[in-house]
Formats: sequence, C-alpha cells, structure tokens
Amino acid sequence: MPPPPQFPFHNLQELRHSASLATKVFIQRDYSEGTVCRFQTKFPSELDSRIERTLLEDTVKTLNTYYAEAEKMGGQSYMEGCLACATAYIIFLCMETHYEKVLKKISGYIQEQNEKIYAPRGLLLTDPIERGMRVMEVSVFEDRGSSGSSLSSSATSGGSAQR
Amino acid sequence: MKNCEYQQIDARALGTPASSFQPCTEMKVPRLRRKWEVFPGKNRFYCDGRIILARQSGILPLTLGLIVVTSVLFFAFDCPFLVTHLTVCIPVIGGVLFLFVVISLLQTSLTDPGILPRALPDEAADIEKQIYTSGSSMYRPPPRTKEILINQQVVKLKYCFTCKMFRPPRTSHCSLCDNCVERFDHHCPWVGNCVGKRNYRFFYSFIVSLSFHTSFIFGCVVTHLTLRTYEVILLHQKESPARYPFHIICFFSIWSVLGLSGFHTYLVASNLTTNEDIKGSWSSKRGAEDSGNPYTYNSIFINCCATLCGPMPPSLIDRRGFLPPDDIPPVAAADLELSSFLAKNDTNMVGMPSSGHTS
Repeated sequence: MPPPPQFPFHNLQELRHSASLATKVFIQRDYSEGTVCRFQTKFPSELDSRIERTLLEDTVKTLNTYYAEAEKMGGQSYMEGCLACATAYIIFLCMETHYEKVLKKISGYIQEQNEKIYAPRGLLLTDPIERGMRVMEVSVFEDRGSSGSSLSSSATSGGSAQR
Repeated sequence: MKNCEYQQIDARALGTPASSFQPCTEMKVPRLRRKWEVFPGKNRFYCDGRIILARQSGILPLTLGLIVVTSVLFFAFDCPFLVTHLTVCIPVIGGVLFLFVVISLLQTSLTDPGILPRALPDEAADIEKQIYTSGSSMYRPPPRTKEILINQQVVKLKYCFTCKMFRPPRTSHCSLCDNCVERFDHHCPWVGNCVGKRNYRFFYSFIVSLSFHTSFIFGCVVTHLTLRTYEVILLHQKESPARYPFHIICFFSIWSVLGLSGFHTYLVASNLTTNEDIKGSWSSKRGAEDSGNPYTYNSIFINCCATLCGPMPPSLIDRRGFLPPDDIPPVAAADLELSSFLAKNDTNMVGMPSSGHTS
C-alpha cells in the first residue's frame, strides 16, 4: 500500500493559503447514548486514500473522552452547580466553568493534531465548537500548484476525478 | 525562473492594497464585524453582543413591573408595622428573596437558551446529498426524518428546513425566535425568551424563588391586616386605607406561580421538558411497552442533579467572535497565493517558507 501523500506544508497557514480546498468530509454526532457529546468513530470512506484509519479513529476517540470529561456529572460539577445556585448564578459571570476549561484543552489538542498529523497529509480538522458541536469537519486540500510534479497529488486528483 | 520571479513581483504589486502607498484616509481598513451583527435568528443584542434577548420581549416589562411594585409596596407599608410589632428579620428576608427573584429573572431573559447555529452551506449540502442517496423514491421528496436508537429506544430526528440540519434529540425550533434551541422547554412570554438547556436552571430558580417571595409577602400582609384589625377593635384606632388591589394580585399570582413551580418540579424529577410532556412523547401511548423516557436516570435525585446542578454548557453561537474579513474576494486571494506558491516551488523543491509570504 503506498504511503499517504506528503505535502510540502510546514505550517497550517501555508496549508490554508497555498492549497485549494477539494472537499469537506463531515463526521456526525453519535446519539446512541443520549444527548451527551460524542462523535461517530466510523471511518468515512472518502478519507481512505488520505490517512490511516487508526489515526483518525484515535483522534475521534480522544475527543470523545474529552467531551465526556467536560459533561461528567460528578462531585466537581455538583459543587460548581450548588455554589452557583447559592450565589444566584452570578458566579458564572466571574468564573470559568469546568466545561470551558476542557474546551480550551480540546482546542489545544486539535491544533496539535492538525500540526503533527493532518496538515502533512493535506487535511485540516475544524474544532466542533465552531460548527455548533454538530459535526467535526475535515477539510481535504489539494496541492494545486504541483499538479503532476509529484506522484501523490496526481493520485489524489485522479481519485477525486473518478468520484 | 526569471519569469516566475517577474510574476511574483507583479502579483505582489497588484495584490498589495493601496493603503500601503496612499494615506490611510483614502482607503480605510474596514471595521471587523462581530458575529452577532449578522445573526440570522430573531434576536436582539446589547452591549456589543454580551446580552441576548428575543425580538419580542413579550410581557417581560409587565413581569418586572409587577414584582417591583408589589415588593416596593410591601417594603413601604407592611414592613414598618411588622418591624415594630414582630422582628427586623422580615424586611431582610424579603430583601434577599426580592434580589434572588430579580437576578434569576434577568438571567433567564438575557441568557442564550442553547441556540444551535444554523448549518453552513457545505454542511447543508452534505446532508442533502446523504438524504437523496439513501434510496428514496422518485415520486415524492424523501421523508425528512431520521430514526436513531437512544438507550435502546427509537427516537425520530426531524430535519429543520430553516436551519438546514437534522435536529439533535430534544431540540426544537422556536418559531417566535426563529432558532433551534437545545433541550427546548417552551417559549415563555413572561420572561421574554425561550427556556432551553442553558437557562432552564435560571428559570426554575426564578419560579421557585418567586413562589417563596409571593407566599412570604402574602403571609406578612395577612399578619399585618390581622394585627391591624386587632388594634382597631381593641384600641379603637383609625383603620388604615386598604391596599387590597395589589394584595389581590398577590393572592391570585401565588396559586399560578405555585402551580407552575410544582409542575416544573415534576418535570425536573422525571427529566422531561414541557414540550415532551405536552406532546406526550414518552407517555405510554396505546399501551406500547417500549415508550419510556430514554433520557431519565430512573432516580429522582440524579434527575434533579443532572438538570439543575449539571455542568453548564457554553454558548454555541459565539456572539462576540469576529467575522473573517471579506474585503478581499476569495478567488483573487487564492490566485495571489497560487502565484507565490508557484514561484516558491520553482526556486526550491522542498517548500521552505518564504520571508514575505506570511500574511
């Protein structure tokens, strides 16, 4: 099996500006456990040629654990809720909630994953919070400038033309 | 290579905004707009997006007016008498309850109830593609519902034509605010806002504290009138002019507010929303055995904790975020970058970042 295509992008800025957006793949929410935030770990077939299955599944599973941690109903969230109720919820104006802290961690994680794993493969993960936590958007980029100059981009452009 | 370098310079000269060569007064940098300024729903925003209200404020001014006027009359007329005859704690308790009621009311009205942002065009197109390729018939549009399993219970998700997405479970579209709201309870005209996932706990504390407040005021008023009548009879004092109209309002509002508090306590304990209860989504229809509430934790205590003390989700609509600058058309920007990328590629095979490239 040929190795996944390598793109000469050294940072996300170059990826966004120097390649053209080919398509977007959306990973939907998984509601089988209720309204808690979980994303489907089913691998989208459009990304078969771009990234190894296990990498994306690992990313989604890690994000699911982060969201479960944010929405966990345990001692800390009850304390926060009772304290907020006692102060007529004014404390929400002053304090960052546990959920917001975990969301910051998630942003950092997605940024790191994009830099290490997805940008070298010409992909970009969008933080679900920017899409209202409905979908996880995976932008698929094509290296417009080097069409024909490398084997990888001709393979992807051929693949997308067939579709 | 010389050609490419010539192209690179040309593209840069064309692409550079005129403001770098001319004084700033001629071509101003357009002000970055915040997302609340282009929000598609029927909402009003104040304080640069910090405060959100439904467009129709309903009878919120009336609610506030009734609460404030009744409380002021209580403090002005009943408290002096009761402080001298009973205890000084009465205005203190009344004051604390009054503050609690007003703060909860304002928080219910001015908080984002859990509005879901509308689907962007790419996402909407992807969903449409999935609907039309899932084996639908040619004669009529495919049914815009999706069935999923939640805790082994079949739940139907409906497609929202306004927001162009399948609504998550327990989400409903409010026609007054023109938004999909998560865990939609109802649109309350008294509060002038939808009651949903993010402000249900504020709403519940508002109605419970209002029940206590009106009961407290009513109790104090009855005590006052009783003591006053006693004094009139025993000491032949002049009877004070009655303030019956406002006390009658108090009397009638107590029963409605108490009733509402009791109803919502039942909803909280069984992890239901008003919307689901009214529609009878989970009641045993036609003796079906499997229609139970899939969201309940089967324990009153845990249901209450989950609804009222659970983690506070953030607002999804990002009112104060900035819109991306749309003064450079995306096609022209892409062409600029393409030409600089081409030049970069020809000068060196491994894409080393060029110094002037970063925007």
